[in-house]
Amino acid sequence: MSAIKGQWVQIHRILLNPGERAPSVPEDTGNLPLELRVRGFLLEEKAEVGELVTIETAAGRKVHGKIESVEPTHEHNFGDYIPELAEAGMELTRWLTGGDEDE
Amino acid sequence: MNDNSYNSVMSRRKEIMKASVGVDYDRYELDGIAFDYEALMKDTSYPIEEIRKIQAETGVGDTPLIELKNITRLVRSISEPGKGATIFLKDEATNPSGSFKDRRASISVARARELGYRGVIAATSGNYGAAVASQSMKRALKCIIVQECYDSKGRGQPEILEKARACEAYGAEVAQLTVGPELFYYFLLLLEETGFFNASLYTPYAIAGIETLGYEIVEQSQSVIGKNPDYVLATHAGGGNLTGTARGLLKAGADTTEIIGVSVDLSGLHMASDSDFNRKSFTTGHTGFGIPFAVLPDRSDVPRNAARALRYMDRYLLVTQGEVFYVTEMLARLEGLQRGPAGNTSLTAAIALAKELPEDKTIVVQETEYTGAGKLPSAQLTFARNNGIEIIRGDPIAKDSPGRTISIPEGYSQIAYKEVNMTELKKSYIKQLLKQGVTLIESDYDYLSAELKISVAEAKQLVKEVSGNVDPEK
Repeated sequence: MSAIKGQWVQIHRILLNPGERAPSVPEDTGNLPLELRVRGFLLEEKAEVGELVTIETAAGRKVHGKIESVEPTHEHNFGDYIPELAEAGMELTRWLTGGDEDE
Repeated sequence: MNDNSYNSVMSRRKEIMKASVGVDYDRYELDGIAFDYEALMKDTSYPIEEIRKIQAETGVGDTPLIELKNITRLVRSISEPGKGATIFLKDEATNPSGSFKDRRASISVARARELGYRGVIAATSGNYGAAVASQSMKRALKCIIVQECYDSKGRGQPEILEKARACEAYGAEVAQLTVGPELFYYFLLLLEETGFFNASLYTPYAIAGIETLGYEIVEQSQSVIGKNPDYVLATHAGGGNLTGTARGLLKAGADTTEIIGVSVDLSGLHMASDSDFNRKSFTTGHTGFGIPFAVLPDRSDVPRNAARALRYMDRYLLVTQGEVFYVTEMLARLEGLQRGPAGNTSLTAAIALAKELPEDKTIVVQETEYTGAGKLPSAQLTFARNNGIEIIRGDPIAKDSPGRTISIPEGYSQIAYKEVNMTELKKSYIKQLLKQGVTLIESDYDYLSAELKISVAEAKQLVKEVSGNVDPEK
């Protein structure tokens, strides 16, 4: 996938490698790099996902990193139907509209 | 060219912070371990009337205090005769960006504007980011929010992703990091690079901004109930919510109101662990912040933290994730208010507490927050299930296990709290202090007395009890 100048992209870069991290971090975290993701407008004429580029962020900073996605979507949502929760909700509604006989 | 290694940046922290926050903290240092908290709060902020004016300019505050009549009725239906306190809720979700954090952001951002900064930066994965972004735009300032958002597999906590969306919707830059306390390192680098203002959660401005919340509670209680509330419950994490609210209550004359902090119990999960990061369903209001910040407040992004919970907290109660999800459902179903869930932490404890109290007592739950995609219990529980967490119906106190099992109560009578021993908490504070290898001088005991809300004699006794068991430098 490619992006053209001015397109909104997400870039990724490593800020600290394992071994450069804070002495206080637990082992599982210390063995991993500290990564940054940030979005902004592509400054190069054209670039492919995975290429090293520069973006201008919403605050006007210029940041380097590898393109990870082009016009990224917000994918978080309302979640699935959770039977345990829906069941609890219906019990409460029954109490409210059907009298105090529950519990 | 600056050296940007971790150690080098951290060694510049003091000068970077001084340039970015507009407060000379050194002026307030006293002999020994103490600093002059009240002088810091007085000199570097505004009187409450001025704060209300600043907040009114951007539509912050004056939120409704709502009597939860159906929930109170439900509580009374399972209480002994004559028991079941009335519960009121301060609907802070009606602030511009949807939480009480607008109060906190409003004064910081106004101050940044007044001091001539071109932009502000805040390190936060929570509602505070949206609040700073929203307030910045009202004051025509640039804004950068730094979040701890992803684990090493690139999976983002849905609530934090929602906060990123909100910040971007206001026009802020959002820098998203993987797990680790080095968020602070990158935050310092950004302050240095941009010369922006540090809109820390922990400056005197941030805390003074919350004082209006406590002040309004007293005014509204007086007009609605005709007296001050008997109990105010505040969800506790970094300590600012509780500190600011308590200070506001006191400024409005409510000096007999009991102040109770409440957190979600996440004991056993390590906050800086990559593998634990996405095993929790609450990103704030939990013990992972609540306990460390209570026992060692000066661990924040400013030299002296203005949020000092143990100065004001009378009791500290813990609830489980499953209970808060259940109560979030209850608030929607019985009161027609879709809010939270994290903001409903203190409401959960209020329900358990109300059962024990006489009917003529009043409890004020001092916040709500907006909800929606990523935040709703269904979004969090879906994420939890996908991360291998078991979700069951069952007694939350017996069955809940942070990182393993979320237990949704089988009925409202199962809502309960666990009480944290305040004396043990205060001893932990002293232990943290002594670990730094300090030698206490006589005047330090006055400071400890204020810090821990105990007498000088009690402070001396606690130090004596703790010092036998502490190995300095460890």
